[in-house]
Amino acid sequence: MRLQLSPELEAFREEMRTFFTTEVPQEIRDKVAAHRHVSKDEYVEAQRVLNAAGLAVPHWPVEWGGRDWTPLQRHIWREEMQLAGVPEPLAFNTSMIGPVLAAFGNQEQKERFLAKTANLDIWWCQGFSEPDAGSDLASLRTTAVRDGDDWVVNGQKTWTTLGQHADWIFCLVRTDPAAEKKQRGISLLVFPMDTPGVTLRPIELIDGGFEVNEVFFEDVRVPAENLIGEENRGWDYAKFLLGNERVGIARIGATKKMLAQAKEHAREITVDGRPLLEDPFMATRIAELENELVALELTALRVVANSADGRPHPASSVLKLKGSELQQAATELLVDIAGPLSVASFADGGSDVPDWARVAAPHYLNYRKVSIYGGSSEVQRTIIAGTILGL
Amino acid sequence: MDFTFDSEQNDLREAVRGLLERAYGDSEARRKVVGNDPGFDEKTWSRLAEMGLLGLPFAEEHGGMGAGPIEVAIVAEEIGRVIAPEPFIEAVVLAGGLIAAVGTDAQKGELLAAVAEGTTVPAFAHAEIGTRWSASASAVTATQAGDGWTLSGVKEPVPTGARADVLVVSAVVDGGTGLFVVQGDAAGLTRTGYRTHDGTRAANVRFDGTPATLLGAGGDQTAAIERALAEARIAYSHEAIGAMDTALRTTAEYLKTRKQFGVTLNKFQTLTHRAADMYVSLELARSTALWASMVQDAGGDVLSAADRARLQTSRAGRHVGKEAIQLHGGIGVTAEYSVGHYTSRLTAIDHLLGDGDFAAARLARTVADQETVDPLGAPYTG
Repeated sequence: MRLQLSPELEAFREEMRTFFTTEVPQEIRDKVAAHRHVSKDEYVEAQRVLNAAGLAVPHWPVEWGGRDWTPLQRHIWREEMQLAGVPEPLAFNTSMIGPVLAAFGNQEQKERFLAKTANLDIWWCQGFSEPDAGSDLASLRTTAVRDGDDWVVNGQKTWTTLGQHADWIFCLVRTDPAAEKKQRGISLLVFPMDTPGVTLRPIELIDGGFEVNEVFFEDVRVPAENLIGEENRGWDYAKFLLGNERVGIARIGATKKMLAQAKEHAREITVDGRPLLEDPFMATRIAELENELVALELTALRVVANSADGRPHPASSVLKLKGSELQQAATELLVDIAGPLSVASFADGGSDVPDWARVAAPHYLNYRKVSIYGGSSEVQRTIIAGTILGL
Repeated sequence: MDFTFDSEQNDLREAVRGLLERAYGDSEARRKVVGNDPGFDEKTWSRLAEMGLLGLPFAEEHGGMGAGPIEVAIVAEEIGRVIAPEPFIEAVVLAGGLIAAVGTDAQKGELLAAVAEGTTVPAFAHAEIGTRWSASASAVTATQAGDGWTLSGVKEPVPTGARADVLVVSAVVDGGTGLFVVQGDAAGLTRTGYRTHDGTRAANVRFDGTPATLLGAGGDQTAAIERALAEARIAYSHEAIGAMDTALRTTAEYLKTRKQFGVTLNKFQTLTHRAADMYVSLELARSTALWASMVQDAGGDVLSAADRARLQTSRAGRHVGKEAIQLHGGIGVTAEYSVGHYTSRLTAIDHLLGDGDFAAARLARTVADQETVDPLGAPYTG
């Protein structure tokens, strides 16, 4: 048992902190910190800065740009990135399809896609969820039927995050409707979003923003060479991919930053002449949240230290579940601190309400998603009950 | 950064677990022991002494093992796992810890060796009616009388207060709170013991011109008391972790075997999800308690670390304890079944030295002092 980081890791943390706070453009980091809209160009710019320094895909195989870091180094990398307000490398590229291609793609696919995926030359989106297959992913109905050298895809995907920016989609499709288990007849196909027959429709969310979409496929012809791995083994790849997704989804650094902002704003707002932060109830509420965050961070460090051979520790469900709760609690805290100012969400020009208070409520509303995506809190509880408690 | 025990620490854990399992693996055995005074088993106490546990944190020159907070944490967790009623934290960590921190060399040589051997059970007489969880005394006053001192006033509740061979007593002195040693057979000392809800014992301890010896060099010892309380709070957090762990495992087993409506209870998702939440609470509390012991070990800010551990384990203890009973149904509130006793002990731990609200309020007073909390700070300084 030892509390401190080793001198090497301490130096590593310092190196990360320095890089993120000096090399990634300040304007982009300010936008992330202020929870304002980050444009596609800014995402791309930030990821290319990281990739040029070998910091976009450290968890990939070394051959394709990985760094062979320990899980703890990866944890520190991610936390420092969040604390510095650096937009994280696009998860669809770096955490999802990239590792799947590296593990299951053929050599030609690796050479064709991996470098561009790391550099965000290709922006990927995820074609998993369907209107009737969200958490019950295996119920998906989008079909791909073989026709000569092509697959012909028909169906619909939904919740396709940032699909409006995407160049390519990785898509789960049903290739064997007669398979005995519904998990068996699924394959993984990749194709460009501008393939004829692909239509994208944005879905407006309660925060007024557009970040998810419906995607429709009508007789979309996909060359057979775009099948990843083996036919009808797509479920295995999806499980591999979603396991990667759960790691690092706790977003502790980001929540830590929100709590720091909450303190700052609670100092500025006064109640009967006293800073809100001196109100015992508010101070206690922040202290409790901060303590839970410390507990979660320590738990993440325990999980990270114990994750063997790159496979997610079952307790990573704890991180997703609790991480979601704390992210949501922090956004709720911020909107509560903003109080009446929070209603000025869509004011522009003419309003004196500070930026942070304007975005507080949309941000809070937007963050209802975090306990839904990436395996809902209910799914995580089922995993904990089943795999850890044996229930 | 490393959260794993080394091989010696694992050996210690196995040895303590083995001893305590033999004594209390069957929850009926604990019921019998707590049914009679002094509320713990003197033979088990002797075995703990033989294993060196009663001198675990004391210096070797004073008859101890010279071990650190991590070893104390390991023992405390094992005690919690079977809710052993032996007063390890009360006698060794708290009363013994104060003697080790404040006592003169002569006092340490005499008292700590006897505690380590199991021949002297000390208790810390500190709590007073009308105040709570303070580090200072107000209801018992000390008066200098020639070479010695006398104490007057009442301490209550004093855990193990009736059985203790020697009392470490906090009392008002000029300029603050002093610490004194009172022998169990001192004149003018009246002790009335009683059973507490968790099966252990506490006492009303009355001083009436009772002769007392100054512990250490005298003067205001509030800071030493505050520190000893913090270290005991961390140890209690580990005891609570052990108790929660058993309460959760017992509950999970029950859900797998108990049938209702023709199926075992684990077929009801509403129940398994609540059990999953208990696990989340437990693991977050465990991380914080382990961290607090590491902070203590590294010489960091032990007061703040203790508050963090206490806040997390208090909230978790209540959650796990209450849910353990609820998920069992009626059998959970019966004295014949074990799980309710775990909830009772968790409730006592919560209230002996400070609950979650108490810790949260203290943390709130310093919440503005730092932008973010970095638990990996080396060493952590709040």
